[in-house]
Amino acid sequence: MPTVGVKRDKLFERLGRTYTDSEFEDLCFEYGVELDDVTTEKEIIKKERNTVLEEANEEVLYKIDIPANRYDMLCVEGIARAFNIFCGNIAAPKYKLADMTGKKPLQLVVKPETALVRPFIVCAVLRGVKLDSASYNSFIDLQDKLHQNLCRNRTLVAIGTHDLSTIQAPFTYEALPPEDIKFVPLKQEKEFRADELMQYYLDHDQKLKKFVPIIKDSMVYPVVYDSKRTVLSLPPIINGARSAISLDTSDVFIECTATDLTKAKIVLNTVCCMFAEYCKTPFEVEPVEVMDALGKSQTYPDLTYRQLDVPLDFINKSLGLSLETEAAQKLLAKMQIESRASSAAQEGTLSLLVPPTRSDVLHACDIMEDVAIAYGYNNLKINVPATVTQGKELALNQLTEMLRQECAMAGYTEILTWALCSKAENFEFLRSQDDGNSAVEIGNPATFEFEVCRTTLLASALKTLGANKDAPLPVKLFEVSDVVMLSSSHDVGARNERRLVAVFSNKESGFEVVHGMLNRIMEILGVPYKGSDPVMESRAGGSYHWEQSSEAAFFPGRQAKVVAFGKVVGHFGVVHPEVLEKFEIPYPVSALEINVEPFCYDQKYKPLLVTL
Amino acid sequence: MSELEGSVLRAIHDQQQIADSGEYALSQSVDHLTLVGIIKSLAASELITVEDIDHFRYALSDEATSYLAAGSPEAQVFKVVPEEGLPLSQLKVLLPGDIGDVGFKQAMQQKWLATDKSGGEPKIIRKVDCITDKTQQLLKDVAEGKEIDKADAEALKKRKLIRNETWKTYKLGKGAKFALERVKPATDLTAEMIQKGTWRTQEFKEYNFNALGAIPSGGHLHPLLKVRTQFRKIFTQMGFEEMPTNNYVESSFWNFDALFQPQQHPARDAHDTFFLTKPATTTTGVPEEYLQRVKDVHQNGGYGSIGYGYSWKLAESQKNLLRTHTTAVSSRMLYRLAQDGFKPAKYFSIDRVFRNEAIDRTHLAEFHQVEGVICDRGLTLGDLIGVLHQFFSRLGLPKLRFKPAYNPYTEPSMEIFSYSEELKKYMEVGNSGMFRPEMLRPMGMPEDVNVIAWGLSLERPTMILYGIDNIRDLFGHKVSLSMVKRNPLCRLGL
Repeated sequence: MPTVGVKRDKLFERLGRTYTDSEFEDLCFEYGVELDDVTTEKEIIKKERNTVLEEANEEVLYKIDIPANRYDMLCVEGIARAFNIFCGNIAAPKYKLADMTGKKPLQLVVKPETALVRPFIVCAVLRGVKLDSASYNSFIDLQDKLHQNLCRNRTLVAIGTHDLSTIQAPFTYEALPPEDIKFVPLKQEKEFRADELMQYYLDHDQKLKKFVPIIKDSMVYPVVYDSKRTVLSLPPIINGARSAISLDTSDVFIECTATDLTKAKIVLNTVCCMFAEYCKTPFEVEPVEVMDALGKSQTYPDLTYRQLDVPLDFINKSLGLSLETEAAQKLLAKMQIESRASSAAQEGTLSLLVPPTRSDVLHACDIMEDVAIAYGYNNLKINVPATVTQGKELALNQLTEMLRQECAMAGYTEILTWALCSKAENFEFLRSQDDGNSAVEIGNPATFEFEVCRTTLLASALKTLGANKDAPLPVKLFEVSDVVMLSSSHDVGARNERRLVAVFSNKESGFEVVHGMLNRIMEILGVPYKGSDPVMESRAGGSYHWEQSSEAAFFPGRQAKVVAFGKVVGHFGVVHPEVLEKFEIPYPVSALEINVEPFCYDQKYKPLLVTL
Repeated sequence: MSELEGSVLRAIHDQQQIADSGEYALSQSVDHLTLVGIIKSLAASELITVEDIDHFRYALSDEATSYLAAGSPEAQVFKVVPEEGLPLSQLKVLLPGDIGDVGFKQAMQQKWLATDKSGGEPKIIRKVDCITDKTQQLLKDVAEGKEIDKADAEALKKRKLIRNETWKTYKLGKGAKFALERVKPATDLTAEMIQKGTWRTQEFKEYNFNALGAIPSGGHLHPLLKVRTQFRKIFTQMGFEEMPTNNYVESSFWNFDALFQPQQHPARDAHDTFFLTKPATTTTGVPEEYLQRVKDVHQNGGYGSIGYGYSWKLAESQKNLLRTHTTAVSSRMLYRLAQDGFKPAKYFSIDRVFRNEAIDRTHLAEFHQVEGVICDRGLTLGDLIGVLHQFFSRLGLPKLRFKPAYNPYTEPSMEIFSYSEELKKYMEVGNSGMFRPEMLRPMGMPEDVNVIAWGLSLERPTMILYGIDNIRDLFGHKVSLSMVKRNPLCRLGL
C-alpha cells in the first residue's frame, strides 16, 4: 500500500478548514485511506539518520496510506480533490482536451525498432503551467510514486516530463544501438554514450542503478528525440539535461514509454489530470498525435469519460439498500462518478460517466462499492445471512484433533514447528542423501534456512529438543502436522501428508517408551496387532505389526518399521547418535513417526480422505 | 524408638521422675551426651518436662594430675636436697625443667630451704627437717571431690593446677503428652494406616500450606492450536464446512489468476512469494475452457468488466508457489461448486500460508490464516457485516467498525476493526469482502450468486490472548516448552 506524505497545513488550506488529528483520521477511515503517521521532516531525519538536523522543516506532515488502486490519490492535489468532492465542497472537475480546431497538435513518430525493447509511447502537453516549489516537488513525487507502484519500478511504464520551450516538435521515439546514443543526461554536465552511462549508473548511482537492468542487455535502447536530435529521454532510465523542467517552465511535454499500453494510458491520465489544475485553463490538456510504426495515428491523452450503465437494482441488492435513483446519483457524485440523465427506456438504470482519473472502476461492482463508501459502510443495515448449511469438520482434521488429545493424555507435550527448513536439516542431519525426488524446493528464499518443504517431522522435533536443552528430563514431545512430498500424480506435482511424530528424551534411550506409544496409538485407531484378534482384524480389514528396519536416522538394531494394512506407514527407534550430534542434543532420544492418513476412516473403517 | 528412650520413659513412669540425668546415665552406663539427645527430643514432643541442674567442681590440670603420686614440685625439690646441702647447679641436673624451678621457688617461699653462698658456689640447704606436702594433699582432695578451702583453691588456680568446671544435668518429669511410647506424627495417610485403622490415633504432621503442589505429569497442548480448536468449533457451530487445505504447494493459477489478481501485481513478486524450482510448474488440472475464460477476463474483461487490458501469459499462471493465502483453496472449492451445480455453501479453513518475508517479532515466513466463505444467492454487504458481528462476538470482540479497502479479488472490500477496551481504540482484526464477478463468473457461478468472505491470522489474536509479543515465541522450534506447558485454557467461544 503506497504511503504519501503531505504537509498538513497545505492540505487543510486546500480543504478549506482544519481538522484535529482524530477528526482527520475519521475522514480517512470513512473514505478508505489511512492516516498512518503524524510527523515532521525533522522527526523523519532524526529517525532515519539518528541525528537532529536543526534547519530541518518542522511543518506537520501527514503520512497517508492510499489503497493500491487509487493512483489519483498519490499526491496532495489528488487527496485534497477527492476529499473536497467527497465532503461536497466542490463538484468533480471536468477534465477535457484543448480544442484543437484549426491547430495542428504536436506530433511524435514511433520507429518500428522500439518494438524490440519498449513498444509503446503516449504523450500530452500541459500549457501555461504555474508551479511553485511545493507543486513542483509534488509533481516530481507523484512521478516517483507512480514509478514505484503502477509502473512496477519503471518496468511497465516510465514517465518523462520536459520543458517544451527547450525542444522542438515533431518528436521521434526510436530504438538505437547504445553506442549510437550520446547526450548530456539530467544532473550531469558532460556528454555520455548510452552504454557508458549505464555502467556509470551501475557504479555511481544508488537510485538509478536498479533500473539499469531493464534495458542494459538489449541490442537497442529506447530513446526520444526532438526534431533537432536533442535527446529528451533514455527511458526508462533518465531524461536529457536540456529539457529539464524548472519553476520557470510554462509548457510541459509529458511522455510515457511502456511495455503495457493500458498502464501507460492510466499513468499519463493520472499525471495530466492531477497537474492540469495548474494550467492556464485548469483541467485542460493539449493532445499529442502519436504516429505508430505502421503509420497509424492516435491522439493522447484519452480523457474520455467511460459510459457505464449500472442497474440500480444491482446496487441495492448487493448492499441491502433501497436507494432511489437520485439518492444513488448523489452518493456517486461524492465519489467523482457523474450521472447522465436517464431516458425513460433506461428506468432503473444509472447511466454513469467514469472520469479518466478512476481507472480502478472496471465493473459495476466498483460503482456499487463507491455507493457503499459514500453511504458509509457503518451505516449499512446489518443482516444475518439466511443461508442454511450444516457445519462439518474435515475428517482428517477431526482425526488430527482427536489424536492430539490422545497424545497429550499419554503425557506428551505438543510442539508446532515450521514446514520449511534447510536441505541439511531435512537430509544430511538425518544421515540421508537428497535423492532429488522427494522434497519440494524453493527457488528464492529470503531466509537461507528455508530451502525445502520438510519431508519428515522428525527433524522438526529434534530441532525443538536441541533448542530446549534445559528442559527437565524426561522430555516427551509430539506434533501432528503436514509434510510435503513430490508427487507426479497430483496436478501441482506435490502433496501434503499428515504425520504424527513423538519423541522421548531421557538419560536412557527409552526405546520401549515410543514402542508403547505406537501400540497405544494403534489401539485408539482401532487397528489390531497382527494375529491378536482375528475378529477385529477382519472387521478392520487388516492389522499392524513392526519389523526390524535399517533406517539411517536410527541406531542399528534398535529400530523398526511399522506396517499397517500391508503398507509401511512409519518407523520408530533410537535416534542415531550422529543425528543427535547434528541437532546438538546431549541425551539419547527415541522417536516414532507415522503417516496418519491411512487411518482416516469412520467407525466402519470406510475411508474418509478427501482431496481437492 | 531406642531402648534407652524406652527405659527413660519407664523410669519416669515408675518413679514419677528422674532426679538427675547425670546419675541416671551412670546407672545405665551410657554417655550423658547420648541421653541428652533423647531428653531434648522427648521434651520437644512434650512427653517429659525438663529442669536444669547446674553443677560445679574444680578439676585438676594435666600437670596437677602428675603430682598426685609424685608429690608437689616443692616437695620433690625438698626431697633431693640432702642434709649437707646441694649445689644450686646440681638441682637443674636432678630435677630438670619446670619442676626444679617452680619447686625451688615454692620451697623457698615455704621457708623449707635456703641458699648459702658462704662456700663461694651457691648451695641449697634445708631449713627444716621434715615437711608436710599440703599441695599434694589439696590436689588429692580435689581429685576425690572433697571440698577445699577457698583461699587454697585460689592459690592452686593461680598455679594453674586446678580450674573451674561447670556442667548441667537434668531433672526429668512427666510432660503434658507423657506416654510410655512415643508416637511420631505421620506426614501422610497411608494405605497401611487405613488397613490397620491406626489413622484414628495417628498424629499427623502439620501441612505446609504455603508451598505449591506437585506438577501433574500429563502432556500439554500447544496454545496456538488450542485457539485453532476453538475457532473450528465456532465455525462449525455457525454451520460452516471445513475445506481440505492440506496442499501447501499451489499453482499461480489458483493462487492468483483465478482470483482475478493481475500478473503484474506486486504480491506476485519474488519478494513476497516463495516460488518453487521443484516442482516448478503446473500444466494440468485446469480445464481448457475455464483457463480461456480466466485469460479473457484478465485481458479483455467480460461479464460487464473491462478487464485489466494486458497480455495474460499462460506460463506465468503455471508457476508453482507455496500458497500465499488459503483463498487459493477457496477458489478451487468455488470452481468445483459451480461445476457440480450451485448450491448454497458456507466454508471455512484454518491452515498455513507462506510469505517470503524476513523473520522478525511480528512476521514469520509461515503462519495460519483463518478464512470464512459464504456462497449464496442474493447475499448483501449487510449480510457480510452481520456474519462478521456474529463471528467476532464469539471471539469476545463485539464492537466492530468497517473501513473501505482495496483487494484485487473482492469488491467491496472491508477491513475489520474492533474496539479494544484495553487500548481504548479500534484495532484492525481482519479483512473481508465480496468476491468480484470477474472471479466468480468465469468459474460458471450463476450471476445472482454472491460470495462473501473474510480472513484473519490465527497468530495475532493468540498473541493478544496469551500476552505474547514476539511471534517466534509462539510458533517454531525455538518456542520454550514451559510456555507450552503453562498456558491456560483458550476460552474463545465460551
